[in-house]
Amino acid sequence: MKVSLKWLRDYVDINLSPQEIAEKLTMAGIEVANIQASSSWDKVVVGEVVAVEPHPNADRLRLATVDVGAERIMVVCGASNISPGQKVPFAQAGAELFDGHTGEIICLKPTKIRGVSSTGMVCSERELGISDNYEGIMILPHDAPVGMSFGEYMGDTFFELEVTPNRSDCLSVIGIAREIAALTGQSLQLPNTAYQETGEEIKSFISVEIADSELCPRYCAGLISGVTVGASPLWLQQRLSNYGMRSINNVVDVTNYVMLEYGQPLHAFDYEKIAGRKIIVRRAFENERLNTLDGEQRVLNPDVLVIADTEKATAIAGIMGGAESEMTENTSVILIESANFDYVTVRRGSDALHLQSEASIRFSKGLSHRLPLPALKRAMSLLLEVAGGQAAGDIVDVYPAREEEKPIALTCGEVKRLSSLEMNIGEISKVLDLLGFACCQSKDPQEALVSVPYWRNDIHLPADLVEEVVRIVGYDRIPCTSLSAALPVYDAAAGLNLSQQRAANILAGMGFQEVLTYSLISLDLLQKVSPVQDLIGPMPLKLANPMTQEQEYLRTTLRPGVLSALARNQKLNEETLRLFETGKVFLPDDGGDLPREKRMLCAALCGTRTKASWHDRGEQQLDFFDAKGIVEAVLRRLSLQGEFKISDDPSLTPGNGAEIIIDGKKLGVVGELHPRVARSFALSGTVYLFEMDLDEISFFVAGEKKFQPVSKFPGAVRDIAVVVEEAVPYGEVKKYIEACSMVTQVELFDLYTGEQIPRGKKSFAVRVFYQSPDHTLTDEEVDKEQQKIMARLSQKLDVALRS
Amino acid sequence: MLEHLEELYKTALDELCKIENLADLELWRVRYLGKKSALIQLLRSLKTLPLDERREAGAQANKIKLSFEAELSEKKKILDEFSLTACLKRENLDVTLPGRQVFTGRLHPITQAINEICAIFNGMGFQIFEGPDVEWDYYNFEALNIPEGHPARDMFDTLWIDADRGSKARLLRTHTSPVQIRLMEQKRPPLRVVIPGRVYRYEATDATHESMFCQVEGLVVDKGITMADLKGTLFECARSLFGSERKVRFRCDYFPFVEPGVEVAIECLSCHGAGCHVCGFSGWIEVLGAGMVHPDVLKRVDIDPAVYTGFAFGMGVERIPMLRYGINDIRLFYGNDMRFLQQF
Repeated sequence: MKVSLKWLRDYVDINLSPQEIAEKLTMAGIEVANIQASSSWDKVVVGEVVAVEPHPNADRLRLATVDVGAERIMVVCGASNISPGQKVPFAQAGAELFDGHTGEIICLKPTKIRGVSSTGMVCSERELGISDNYEGIMILPHDAPVGMSFGEYMGDTFFELEVTPNRSDCLSVIGIAREIAALTGQSLQLPNTAYQETGEEIKSFISVEIADSELCPRYCAGLISGVTVGASPLWLQQRLSNYGMRSINNVVDVTNYVMLEYGQPLHAFDYEKIAGRKIIVRRAFENERLNTLDGEQRVLNPDVLVIADTEKATAIAGIMGGAESEMTENTSVILIESANFDYVTVRRGSDALHLQSEASIRFSKGLSHRLPLPALKRAMSLLLEVAGGQAAGDIVDVYPAREEEKPIALTCGEVKRLSSLEMNIGEISKVLDLLGFACCQSKDPQEALVSVPYWRNDIHLPADLVEEVVRIVGYDRIPCTSLSAALPVYDAAAGLNLSQQRAANILAGMGFQEVLTYSLISLDLLQKVSPVQDLIGPMPLKLANPMTQEQEYLRTTLRPGVLSALARNQKLNEETLRLFETGKVFLPDDGGDLPREKRMLCAALCGTRTKASWHDRGEQQLDFFDAKGIVEAVLRRLSLQGEFKISDDPSLTPGNGAEIIIDGKKLGVVGELHPRVARSFALSGTVYLFEMDLDEISFFVAGEKKFQPVSKFPGAVRDIAVVVEEAVPYGEVKKYIEACSMVTQVELFDLYTGEQIPRGKKSFAVRVFYQSPDHTLTDEEVDKEQQKIMARLSQKLDVALRS
Repeated sequence: MLEHLEELYKTALDELCKIENLADLELWRVRYLGKKSALIQLLRSLKTLPLDERREAGAQANKIKLSFEAELSEKKKILDEFSLTACLKRENLDVTLPGRQVFTGRLHPITQAINEICAIFNGMGFQIFEGPDVEWDYYNFEALNIPEGHPARDMFDTLWIDADRGSKARLLRTHTSPVQIRLMEQKRPPLRVVIPGRVYRYEATDATHESMFCQVEGLVVDKGITMADLKGTLFECARSLFGSERKVRFRCDYFPFVEPGVEVAIECLSCHGAGCHVCGFSGWIEVLGAGMVHPDVLKRVDIDPAVYTGFAFGMGVERIPMLRYGINDIRLFYGNDMRFLQQF
């Protein structure tokens, strides 16, 4: 919303600089995004045309003598509308103007035109950059002071305001003027809206029926007969043009002017075109058609509210008038509508019709029900002034939503309770008075009964009034204190997912870079993690209004995001990469409930075990056990014991992936990325991936942890070699060794297949650590334990002890 | 006998002087102080001597033995020192050669920022709480005083899962504020929490707009909470994040679920308040929206607004590293280019 400083000065004295005003408005909640000064028009002054003579050498040119105060200057002029007695903008040599044809900025120089020297120029609006109008010179009002610099006379400053949705009253010049008045401690001078009612009673002209009172809380109308539809006075045209509004005619211009001034959209109907002398506010019929003022034919439906006569719709309520009831030069009786329409209906109608107007923008913010009447009176009085005619007696005011206005009780205590400011009722009332609230003393000396002024529809509660008081006295007056209230009970279960934060820190510590990828993803990308380009999880949740296909579905797995990030960095010539993401995946609920949001960890690594350097050529490629080693390290850091079992996860190469199992529960996978999946992400080399369910892991991590005493007694170490069938996994062997209570640690230090042992067998060389918490183990004890272990192994796994 | 000892003593010390390494010193020790050395043999054979001779010879031999031991220890010290010095005299390394590379991982700058913000509030007694990214219309809008058709809905361009299901429509939360409601439905005051999380907007992406970004929400509800507490808490937060010299501004703003509403801005980091393109020539950069929890919001979760007051705030997380490091394109955060991520 743009507002002119000059216009504001009609209502309030402004002695502060535009910057100071902007600062005050911004601090009080009306943010000034920008201050724009109009051109200063150097070397352009107000002149008076004192004589016009024909040019001796050209039929179309004339010689004008212009009085600029200090002197009289004769110039050559091509405009046909110039005549003596006019006040005009006059540019002297050196002025910068826009070229009337090309629009470029030119510097005016003395010149000779067809043999006559010309040392200045009478300007059109276009040459001054005021509007696009270049037909003829700009003519100023008669009272323009001759010799005054044009910048001083015409110059203005515009504030670009960001009005918040609650302050529809500030979508008007008076609204802003009122804020400035309150912020500078002044009173507001409102325009005089009194006018004479000389015509017949309005009842004899028109009746108004609101068919759907929910959608039209109020409908006011006034009527003037005998108007002269014509051009608006210059000041009116000028103000509208400052707001980018084209001048149409005096009647339409007044409705627009009052809308800018009061914030209440108005509409003027040609009364003679209203069939049946009746206005009906109703929902449109299905497929009802209406030609709107913009020349389009609109097809309506019952969600749209219309203003109709007894035969047809004549306007879309709050959005745009109809072409048929439009004002013409022959119009002599006008009906001025000043109404309130349900903001949701206007908003939806405007969206559905893809039709936005100055009126619909204002209505859809929700305007005060009490605003139509003062705005109508202002429009009537201004219309009588600029278009003449006789106002009908009285006005129409159908007000189904009329409510008794109850004052709000505000106490000093409430002001203090919310703001911490100690103010007495007098101080509070003074601030509210400035904003137009009426404060009455109540029985309680600490309380005021506050009536809300007609333009404010955002004030309902004492808290709303507290904001009004505090924003005017200034938020700076509130001190800064630290929280002194009792600490809430500590809730350990709440809080960031513990394992997520810990896992992220652990992985970053192990050289993995964290990435964050979008929660929204394409179906295509989700399918790419399967070697057969199919979803590996459930059908993902789809957006009803996606912005792009790339962000259409909620991810059900982190894999595509992480693999895409890996591919992106591989393309940047990074061959050795380790990265991970922790975040939510969204598993849809079939019953239309919210999806289950599960927290996952996904990591990928590729390239070599070390980076190539002068120490080491970095030729050792990663393998499955690098990835598994990292998983084991993460689990160890989380004090978890994992088991690994061959996995059939479709993203992994068959036989090269493992399920991570904790306490019998599958909590993740680790393995080599299926080459076909790697190819679909354009990844090169072998990629390893692991994934863990952090929600499940949190469950295990959250458990209480007890310290294990460290044994004071020396332990014993024994190496054993076991030869087993090739198919027997190491995990089985380890399990049986660990089953012995004296064993504290089991380490595999060699795996052998070859000539030394029979075909189809393999040998594990295992170092076993024995220790007792309460005594030093003797050789005999350890030997005995070892024999037990061997017996168990040979019984369960058919092993042979290798010498 | 005594002359013999005298001679032994001289020879031994002469030899000791010439010794240059620990191995030779050990040989010397064996020769003169070892079990089979002349001196020790002599000491052992003393008892075979006559008493008067025994006394004199014994005293002399013992004296020599003590002297040998002292000399030996002294010489050993010198040789030790000497060998260490020799050892340290090796050639200098080229210390400019690169060390063996270790993989360095980092947390994403957004995770770092969230952790930092949470730590600041943890220090002020706030707990951390989280809520779902996919929300009901009710929590995201209605319960926050933004019913359908409300003009404030324009502030949030929403990504919907369902169209036309009213308050039962699912959407991607447009702010972290719905978690306020979820929290207050579950817990009674006193409340003091921060809520980090992802939020989503139907918004075309450019250098300053993302369709997904992170927020940290805060909520305090108790008896006696005022705007002064809001100011103090958020001032402390701004100071911790941006330095204690940085000016902080509190101005009136509107959010439907608070009253009074507050916007917190800091002095522009780039122009220090003079006005530049970073701050839109205002000298200030908005970092937080806040306010006193709206009485209607409290009522909706059965907390009596006549008894309890509270404040809430929400801040964009991306903003913070952007301002701090002068990052000029928000899209860099989710582009995951290592050359970007490994700078933080």
